[in-house]
Amino acid sequence: MTHLMILPILIPLLTGASLLLLYPTPVGVQRLVSIASTVMLTLLGLWAVSTAGSGELTLYHLGDWQAPFGIVLVLDRLSAIMLLLTAGLSLFCVLYASRGIDRQGAHFHALFQFQLAGINGAFLTGDLFNLFVFFEILLIASYALLLHGGGRARSRAGLHYVIINLVSSALFLLALGTLYGLTGTLNMADLALAVAATPAAGQPLLTAASMLLLVVFGIKAAVLPLLFWLPRAYSASSAPVAALFAIMTKVGVYAILRVFLLVFGLGESPANQVAWGWLWPLALLTLGLGGIGALGSASLRTMTAYLVILSVGTLLATISFVTATTLGAALFYLIHSTCMTAVFFLLADLLGQQREQGYDRFSDIAPMGHRWLLGGIFFIAAISMAGLPPFSGFISKLWILQATSGEPQGFWLWGVLLAAALLILVAVSRAGSGWFWRPGKMTAPRPLDRVCVWLVCLMIGVSAGLSALGEPVINYLELTAEQLLVPQAYIDTVLPESARLAREVAP
Amino acid sequence: MELLYALTLGVLTSCGIYLLLRARTFTVILGLTLLSHAVNLYLFASGRLATSAPAIVGFADHSADPLPQALVLTAIVIGFAMTAFVVVLALKAAVELRNDHVDGENPDEDRP
Repeated sequence: MTHLMILPILIPLLTGASLLLLYPTPVGVQRLVSIASTVMLTLLGLWAVSTAGSGELTLYHLGDWQAPFGIVLVLDRLSAIMLLLTAGLSLFCVLYASRGIDRQGAHFHALFQFQLAGINGAFLTGDLFNLFVFFEILLIASYALLLHGGGRARSRAGLHYVIINLVSSALFLLALGTLYGLTGTLNMADLALAVAATPAAGQPLLTAASMLLLVVFGIKAAVLPLLFWLPRAYSASSAPVAALFAIMTKVGVYAILRVFLLVFGLGESPANQVAWGWLWPLALLTLGLGGIGALGSASLRTMTAYLVILSVGTLLATISFVTATTLGAALFYLIHSTCMTAVFFLLADLLGQQREQGYDRFSDIAPMGHRWLLGGIFFIAAISMAGLPPFSGFISKLWILQATSGEPQGFWLWGVLLAAALLILVAVSRAGSGWFWRPGKMTAPRPLDRVCVWLVCLMIGVSAGLSALGEPVINYLELTAEQLLVPQAYIDTVLPESARLAREVAP
Repeated sequence: MELLYALTLGVLTSCGIYLLLRARTFTVILGLTLLSHAVNLYLFASGRLATSAPAIVGFADHSADPLPQALVLTAIVIGFAMTAFVVVLALKAAVELRNDHVDGENPDEDRP
């Protein structure tokens, strides 16, 4: 048993706690500690990806209590990818924030680390109640991060965000109570066996619990009827926070993948069929709404928030086909869309600072400093976002289209996805031409923060690298998808044989 | 006992949802509190209701399932922290936005 597995949770927790004590020290020290912790997380993410690459699952028994009685952490390919993605993204965010935004409010770095602890924990845990606890950790940190910097817009958006998430926590607990009452366990692997063995009398309750979980994860991921909190919350928060939040909706998507492919995925007629049936039309509608919202939004940050919604719609629509190729394509798109929406949130801040008035609003036609440089970056980012060649946006979209071409329902996804891509293209072109072509040159351009520009360029570079190194990444993701579709292997690793046998003998 | 328990849960939940859909932050927070009480009771009941059954094996003929009790304790602590946070946030919003409407603006004030 390697203790490295607990570190992605422990390091940010301890760093966050010590940053609270370090608060009276100069801000430089806090930044250094925070960045050091995030760099360590990135290294751990690389370790996780290479360890999980062998195809074996790595287990960690907390307190050495055996599953299903104790809580286990499980590292498989999907968790490893999510860990690395979170760590990489947060490194960029914390570096960007260290250029000054972290001083706009108190305890930015401590909250940031707590948020990372919650996200990493949610990706690693193999226990459903533990997942709830990590959700709460990441949520309470995100409540405070959302308000970072203060202001009326943030207070208003924050209130909505907090209340809807508290309701979703209540629903999560209701689902957990129902599942525990039915099966007597909350360990995901054990639960999968128990769910598959549920007698017919328990099926309606089981379906109710699974749909409650779908609603909870749908609120996190922002699926259509549950997404109206997102545009306001994301567009009100400060740039590095919004960029980090790009991973938050993906936590919901991860939870859907994990729970509905593992816990409700066993048996002759798996309990997850109802969920996929609901998810497919809702995801398509989400995708369409994202495109329309992006076209109709009044500022770059709101537009990016709708791009987040669009990416969630694309992801879930692709996932609901539940084949190895579509899951692989969806995971590639997940990495790409997380990077690019984060880039857009940072870019909105970078561009907004250089405009004479209006910050990131489209309606103001104001002169802009450093037009050529920023315009060029925006152009490349927009190309990648809209899915034009040669960047990862193109490859991911191509893969999704290819993977769904053989499916009878693929036709619908093709239509909506391509129409939404056209809407994005129109939206970003309109934004770009309005900002960079029409207004004159700024007489005295404001100083441009070179480090921030480099950070954004580097993130776009990562996206380009993803398409250049496409093949190994795609191979890894295809293996991930195959691993996800064989829940039995997960269960065999997590549960000792005695626990499995007990479950099979039980009536 | 089951009937009483179920009725309590039902009344708590319906009152909670009704208050949650109101337009002032204070009533919404009250609604959240009632809802979380209902949820905690529900979690507790998921280990089956029993009288005179301690949660420790060997002290009586029947012992109660200790796990839901642990879950409820966790849920209560988290719920308490969240409620405290949302109260502070609502106060902050009320001061900054100068009203306690959940949308931050008071539709009644504009009317003649």
